Amino acid sequence: MSATAGEPLVEVRDLEMHFPIRSGLLSRQVGAVRAVDGVTFDVLRGETLGIVGESGCGKSTTARLITRLLDPTGGSINWEGRDIAGLGRKELKPLRREMQMIFQDPYSSLNPRKTVGTIIGEPFVIHGVETDERKRKGLVQDLMEQVGLNPEHYNRLPHQFSGGQRQRIGVARAIALKPKLIVADEPVSALDVSIQAQILNLLKDLQRDLGLTVIFIAHDLSVVRHTCDRVAVMYLGKIVELASSEELYAHPRHPYTGALLSAVPVPDPRLARNKNRQVLGGDVPSPANPPSACRFHTRCPKFVAGTCDVDYPELSPKDGGNVAACHFPLTDEEIARRVPTAAA
Amino acid sequence: MASYIARRLLWTILLLLVITAVTFLIFYVLPTADPAAQRAGRDPSPDLINAIRHQLGLDKSLPAQYWDYTKQLFLHFDFGESFINNTSVKSLIFDRLPNTIFLVVGAAIIWFVSGVTIGIVSATRRGSFWDRMLMGGALIAISAPVYWMGLVALYLFSNDIGVWHIFPGAGAYQDAHSFPQKCWTMVMPWCVLAAAFAAIYARLLRSNLLETMSEDYIRTARAKGLPERRVILRHGVRSAITPVITVLGLDIGILMGGAILTETVFNIDGVGRLSYDAIQRGDLATIQGTTIVLAFFVAIMSLVVDILYAFLDPRVRY
Amino acid sequence: MAQPLLEVKDLKVHFETEDGIVQAVDGISYSVGRGHALGIVGESGSGKSVSSMTVMGLTRSSNARISGSIMFDGKDLLAAGEDEMRAVRGGEIAMIFQDPLSSLHPFYKIGDQLVEAHRSHNDVSKARARDRAIEMLGLVGIPDPRKRIDGYPHEFSGGMRQRVMIAMALINDPKLLIADEPTTALDVTVQAQILELIQKLQHELDTAVVMITHDLGVVAEVAEEIAVMYAGRIVEYGSSDTIFSAPEHPYTWGLLKSIPRLDTPRDQELVPIFGRPPSLINKPSGCSFHPRCPYVREAHKKVDPVLEPSGSADTVHKVACLLPSETRRSLWAALRAGETPEAAIEEVPIPEKTLSPSAEGQTGGEVPGP
Repeated sequence: MSATAGEPLVEVRDLEMHFPIRSGLLSRQVGAVRAVDGVTFDVLRGETLGIVGESGCGKSTTARLITRLLDPTGGSINWEGRDIAGLGRKELKPLRREMQMIFQDPYSSLNPRKTVGTIIGEPFVIHGVETDERKRKGLVQDLMEQVGLNPEHYNRLPHQFSGGQRQRIGVARAIALKPKLIVADEPVSALDVSIQAQILNLLKDLQRDLGLTVIFIAHDLSVVRHTCDRVAVMYLGKIVELASSEELYAHPRHPYTGALLSAVPVPDPRLARNKNRQVLGGDVPSPANPPSACRFHTRCPKFVAGTCDVDYPELSPKDGGNVAACHFPLTDEEIARRVPTAAA
Repeated sequence: MASYIARRLLWTILLLLVITAVTFLIFYVLPTADPAAQRAGRDPSPDLINAIRHQLGLDKSLPAQYWDYTKQLFLHFDFGESFINNTSVKSLIFDRLPNTIFLVVGAAIIWFVSGVTIGIVSATRRGSFWDRMLMGGALIAISAPVYWMGLVALYLFSNDIGVWHIFPGAGAYQDAHSFPQKCWTMVMPWCVLAAAFAAIYARLLRSNLLETMSEDYIRTARAKGLPERRVILRHGVRSAITPVITVLGLDIGILMGGAILTETVFNIDGVGRLSYDAIQRGDLATIQGTTIVLAFFVAIMSLVVDILYAFLDPRVRY
Repeated sequence: MAQPLLEVKDLKVHFETEDGIVQAVDGISYSVGRGHALGIVGESGSGKSVSSMTVMGLTRSSNARISGSIMFDGKDLLAAGEDEMRAVRGGEIAMIFQDPLSSLHPFYKIGDQLVEAHRSHNDVSKARARDRAIEMLGLVGIPDPRKRIDGYPHEFSGGMRQRVMIAMALINDPKLLIADEPTTALDVTVQAQILELIQKLQHELDTAVVMITHDLGVVAEVAEEIAVMYAGRIVEYGSSDTIFSAPEHPYTWGLLKSIPRLDTPRDQELVPIFGRPPSLINKPSGCSFHPRCPYVREAHKKVDPVLEPSGSADTVHKVACLLPSETRRSLWAALRAGETPEAAIEEVPIPEKTLSPSAEGQTGGEVPGP
C-alpha cells in the first residue's frame, strides 16, 4: 500500500482513552468523555504518518498515549513487539529515550528560567548519557548547529529567541538522544507563515539524516499532504480513513475527508470562484455523547437512515487503496464535483 | 448544585470535629495555669483544688473529657460553662456576638466601598501622581498595626482625651442606646479596622482591573463604540471584582471570631475580647467555644462565597 | 468611478516606547469601495492589525503618533473627536477579532451584549433591541435564536461564537466590516462556514469588508483586491488575480513559494523565506526587506522603494521594489515554473545599477555604488 514498506515500529490496537465525568454527592462516574475510542493503526519504520482532524477528534490525546504521557484506559500499544500500554514509570524510563515529542506552542513549552544549553542538555543528564559537563556542552552545541541555531547562544534564555528559533530548540532537545520516533504535535501551527517552511524543511532533513520515524499531528491539511507519507483522518475519537498521502488527497473516500478537503481555502482565486464547495453544516457532537454507530452520520451528506445510525462501519479497503470506515464512500464523480483540488 | 452543598456541609461538620479535637489537645499539652487552682481563689487547700478539679471533670482522662465535651456540643448545642465564673459559655459568646457583628459589618462596608473605589481610580490612572499617592498610602495603611492606629485615633479625635474632640472615646459604645448613637461611637473603630483591609482590597482590585482591561472582550466593548466609563465599570470592574468579593466573604468570616485588637483598644465588649481574656486565664471551655464559633463562621462563609461565585461567574458549575 | 467608502492616505502610526520608536505603520495608502472586499495579508509585525485598529480610532493613546488621513464616507476620522469616533465605532464601522471566546464578555448573556451594541447607537427600547438581536442571530445562522439569545458565551461552540460576533458587528448595519483574522482560531470546516457567511452578508447587506489575515487561501476566497504588508508598509497591491498569478514583489513570491498547497504537486519543495521579520524599532536601511531578499543588490540597502504602479495590465497593481519590472517578470516566470530563487538568479540577470523608474528619480539618476 505505501511506498515506504518498513516493518511496524509501533502497533496500536483498539486504543482507548475515556476521561471519566463525575457528578453527584459521592462523585460517582456518570459518563465518560471518549476522547480516543478504539483506534487501530501501525506506524512503519522510517515513515512520516500524519494524523489529522479538527478539535476534539482525539489526535493530540492519541499522540500523548503513544508516548505514554497518558495512561490508556483500554487497548494496547506495541513498541517493537512489546506492549507498553500498561507499563509503569520506571519501566518506561529507558523507552523515553527512543520516543520524543515536539510540542505546539514554542512560547510555553520551554522553561523560561533555564538556559538553552540546559534545556537541550537535559536529556543527557536525565538518562545519564553524558555526565561530563564540558563534553555535554560540546554535544549540545553540535545539536544547536544541526537545527540551525548559533552555538554561541548556548547561555541565552528562551525569551531572547523568536518563535521559530524556540521551536528549533524544542527540536534539538527532542533529537538529542537520537530517538527512533518523534511525535510532533502541531509543530508549526503557532508560527508565522514564512517561518513554517523553515521548520518543516528542518524536520524533513533531520528525518532523512537520522533515520527517524515521525508521527505528525496537525489540523492543516496542506501541511500534512506535503510532509507525510501516510495519513490517518480522525473524527470524534475514531479513525475514519487511512491512506497514503497520494491516495487520500487524490481520491478521499470518506465523506468527512471529502468535506475537510473541500473546506480548505486554496490560494488560487480562480479555483476559489469556481469551487462548488461542500460546506459541512452543524457542529462537532460532544465526545461525551457521540452519535450511535457511525459517528459522522449526523452531519454526513450521504447519510442513509437505518444503516449509518445502526451498523457501525469498520475500516475496510475502498477503491484506490484507501481504507475507510464508511458504508457509502465517495465516488469518483462526487469527488470531482466537490473537491476541486483532487487530481483529475 | 444541591449535592455540592450537601457535600460541603458534611465536610464542615467533619472540620468542626477536627478543630475541637486539635484545640483540646493543644490546651491539654500547653502549660497554662491550672484552671482548678485559678477557680479556687486565694490560698486554696489541695483538697479544694481536687474537688474543683473533679467538679470541672478535669480528672478524667483526655479522651473521656473530649467525648463528654463533643457529646454536649453536638447533641445539646451546649458549650459548657466557663472555668472562671461558671456562666454558660454559650451565653457569654452570644451576648457579645451582636457587638462583633456590628463592628465587622460596618467596617466591611466601609473598606469594600473605599477599597474598590480607590482601586478603580488607581488602575484607570496608572502611573500617575494619584496612582502613586494612593498606592503609597495603601502601603502605609497595611503596615501600620491596628492597635497603633486605634491608639493614635483616640489620641487625636476622641472627645475625652483627644487633641480634637470629635468622636466618642473608648468604651462609649457600651453606653450608647439608640442606633444612630451606636453608629457614632463606632465611627473610629470602623475606620481603624477598615483601614488595612481597604488598602489590601484597593491593591487587589487595582491589579485585577489592570489585568482585566487588557482582555480581548474589553477591546470588543470599545470597538462597539461604548462610552469609556461603561467599558470600565460594566465590563472591566464586573470581571475584576469577583475574586475581591470572595475574599470579602472570607475576611468577614474570620473577623466574626472577633477583631481582638480593635475591640481591646476601643473597649468594645465583643467575642474577640472574650477570647483574649479566656486565653489569658486558661479558661478552656470559653476558648473552645470561641474557637468553634470562629471555625463555624469561616466554614460557612467559605461555602457562601463559593456558591456566590457560581452566580457571579456563569462558567462555574457545580 | 464612485467615491471609495474608505480612503487611507499615507497613514503613519508610531509608538514611543522605552526601547525606541516602534514604527508599526509607516506610510500606507489604500482604499475600499462600497460593498467591496479588500484583503490585507501580512505576518506578525507587518502592521496589518494596527492600521485597522487606527481606522477605528482604537490606537489613540498618549504615546501614539498618528499622521496621514483616513477618509471614511467623506469624514476625516483622524481629525474627529472622541465622541464622533464613538458614534462611528460599532455604528458605521464594525470590527470582529480572532478569538471569539475571549472576545465576548464571559459573564453576560450574548443577548445582553447584542442589545448593548444596538442601544449604544440607536435610541430604541430594550424590547425592540432584543427583537433586532434575535433577527441578527437568525441571519447569521444560529439555530433557535429565541432560546439561544439567553445563553452565555461558553455555552456556544467556537464557530457559533464567531457567528455571534458577526451578528454583534452587523447589528447596526455598518457600512464597513473589518475582520481581523476571524477564522484563524477555528477548525477548517467551521472556517469555511464563517467565510461563506461573511461573503453572503457582504453581498446581501452591501457591506464593505476588509479581511486581515496571514492565510493566503482565505484571502483568495474573499478578497477582490489585496494589499501585502511587510514591516509597516504595503509592498504590493493589486487585484486578487494579479497577486496570485503575476506578483512582482520578492516577499509575495516568497510567501507563495513557501506555503504547502493542495493544488500543486506534492513533492514540490517548500522554499522558505530566509531570516526573520525585522524589528520595527530599528528597521533595516533602504528597502526593509533587503536582509531577506534573495535578489538583493547593494543599491537596495540604501534606497527605500516607493509603492508605485507596476505598469502591468492591472491598473491598480502597485509594487514597492527597486528591481526593474522586466527583471521582476522574468524572475517570477522562472519561479512559477518551479525553480528555486537560486536557480532563478542564475537564469535571470539582475542589473546592479539599473533601478525601477521612480527609484532612479529618487536618487537623481545616480545609483549608489557597492
